[in-house]
Amino acid sequence: MESPTHSDTIIEVRNFTATYGGSVVIDDVSFDVKRGEIFVILGGSGSGKSTLLKHMIGLYSATAGHILINGKDIVTAGEKERIAIMKSIGVAYQMGALFGSMTLLENVRLPLDEYTDLPSDARNLVARLKLRLVGLEAFIDYMPFELSGGMQKRAAIARAMALDPQILFLDEPSAGLDPITSAELDQLILDLAHHLSMTFVVVTHELPSVFTIADRIIMLDGRLKKIVAIGRPQELRAHADDPWVRKFLNAGMVEGRISPNGGLQG
Amino acid sequence: MTTSESPLPGSMKIRISSEGDTLTLVLSGRLDMNTTGSLWRKTQRLLQQSQVSRVVMDMSGVSYCDGAGIAFIDRFRQHQTSLGGELSVIGLAEKFRRLLDIYGQLGIHPPLKHVRETLSLVEQIGKGALKVWQDCRTLVAFTGELAVTVVKAARHPRRIRWQDTWLVAEQAGVNALPIIILIGLLLGLILAFQAAMPMRQFGADIYVANLIGVSMLREMGALITAIILAGRSGSAFAAELGTMNVREEIDALKTMGLEPVRFLVLPRVLAAVTMTPLLTVFANLAGLIGGAVVMGILGFPLVTYVNQVLSAVTVGDFLGGLFKALAFGVVVSAIGCLRGLEATRGASGVGQATTRAVVSGIVLIAILDGVFAVLFYALGW
Repeated sequence: MESPTHSDTIIEVRNFTATYGGSVVIDDVSFDVKRGEIFVILGGSGSGKSTLLKHMIGLYSATAGHILINGKDIVTAGEKERIAIMKSIGVAYQMGALFGSMTLLENVRLPLDEYTDLPSDARNLVARLKLRLVGLEAFIDYMPFELSGGMQKRAAIARAMALDPQILFLDEPSAGLDPITSAELDQLILDLAHHLSMTFVVVTHELPSVFTIADRIIMLDGRLKKIVAIGRPQELRAHADDPWVRKFLNAGMVEGRISPNGGLQG
Repeated sequence: MTTSESPLPGSMKIRISSEGDTLTLVLSGRLDMNTTGSLWRKTQRLLQQSQVSRVVMDMSGVSYCDGAGIAFIDRFRQHQTSLGGELSVIGLAEKFRRLLDIYGQLGIHPPLKHVRETLSLVEQIGKGALKVWQDCRTLVAFTGELAVTVVKAARHPRRIRWQDTWLVAEQAGVNALPIIILIGLLLGLILAFQAAMPMRQFGADIYVANLIGVSMLREMGALITAIILAGRSGSAFAAELGTMNVREEIDALKTMGLEPVRFLVLPRVLAAVTMTPLLTVFANLAGLIGGAVVMGILGFPLVTYVNQVLSAVTVGDFLGGLFKALAFGVVVSAIGCLRGLEATRGASGVGQATTRAVVSGIVLIAILDGVFAVLFYALGW
């Protein structure tokens, strides 16, 4: 962590196959995520983006293949190893998933309470700083239901960052945010990636955001159940072999390439 | 000039020196979640006593600095700002410096006052009374709405969601059968056994059959069925409808022009109303069997027990019990649905709704049972 070199691989996905509800969603894919990069997973609805993300954070167990985080396989990890891996990652869920019975400050402080020996005022300050980063310091005493959806999302990102994880997984972070807040969030992600050498794995639909933040992207195809493109977004937009990829990156969603069970997984 | 150096756990080191109006902290090592705790405590007193106008943090030896480290620096910055003093951080590696700057540029935002009203006793009583009053009004309004829906449904039976009704009937009725039988049996056993002990001293133990027969059929069968329904299905209705409410599914129904009462409440109430008397029959039977077992142990043949029970109870007792069960079924299922529709505020709101459903259900059973007792007495049943 002291001297991050950009070529270092932090996540390795090898020959990974996932099933969802009995049918194969992702079939034998492999890719790497490099330390400190912002890695974006793109694809149409039902292409298995969220499924892939949930496997990478260890919520689902893979049907076949390996997912290595910092060289440790999350697929075969035992309970202790798993917790160690979990502490090195942070996840912000699509709907925020803030705990409704706690204030924002308590939500962000929870991992600090559980995993650090910082004194109480230190934990409060660390949590406040995280909330300051996402522009919610004034709202520390609010309950999640008192905030707008966008604010809840930002708070969820603050909570995911509480322990300064090496990898931050964001599931559709800017969906539901206004363009200005969304752009600010993109800037925040860029700052964190560059200055804390934090690695980001982001699932998103927002193309402007993709071109602003992404170092590299992969595109999943729900029909082929494969990765159809991998690389820098600007290059893929101009030179991808697959015309669908070029069209997607130039315009957005394309009808007809959504998987038959489309819409079941975001 | 005073200098103190202290080693800290991990690779962290701090040297504190003060000279005139300047306090210098020289830090080295990793300033992260694991090391900052002891550093924080170490400097607590120093910070409280410090009145110097200038604090210098030499961080050239710091190899890593995360959010906790930034918080450590920020604490000194806040302290110096409040004193009108100054803090300079020197030698911090560029990438951490940028991070510190990000926080600095954001500025401190004091929390918006989150007013938690303090009420006087009179206000609290008033508020409580108002809440009870509103609760009663809601209950009356809901009862009215349900009644109107039932009348409408009776005119147009095809508009009832029969599929949902059958499903709820299975979940709230058929699936509850094992526990109803278990509790009924247990109750019969206990009642018979406890009654037999003193009655035996008077040689009146054959009358245990009367006791079991009358109390199960008139009272206990319906009561335990209703209480199990409240705990098992009233809570389930509240949790399901509450979650639907929180996820805006109820709103979606309303905007589609589908009244939640017809769409969600009616099938549940219908199912509960039909299932509760049926379950009560099984509870009664199980209770009587429990009594038979105890009587068998006491040496009475089964036929004697059966004849004694038949002579003690009337069809009126049996039907009265079933009628009570029917009424209990209505209130327990309706209150469960109502509490669910009232649920707010996410997961904890659903939890509260579920709790309230069970408590209100049991309270209403008790009230209703009292009403029936008076009514049956007045009618001479």
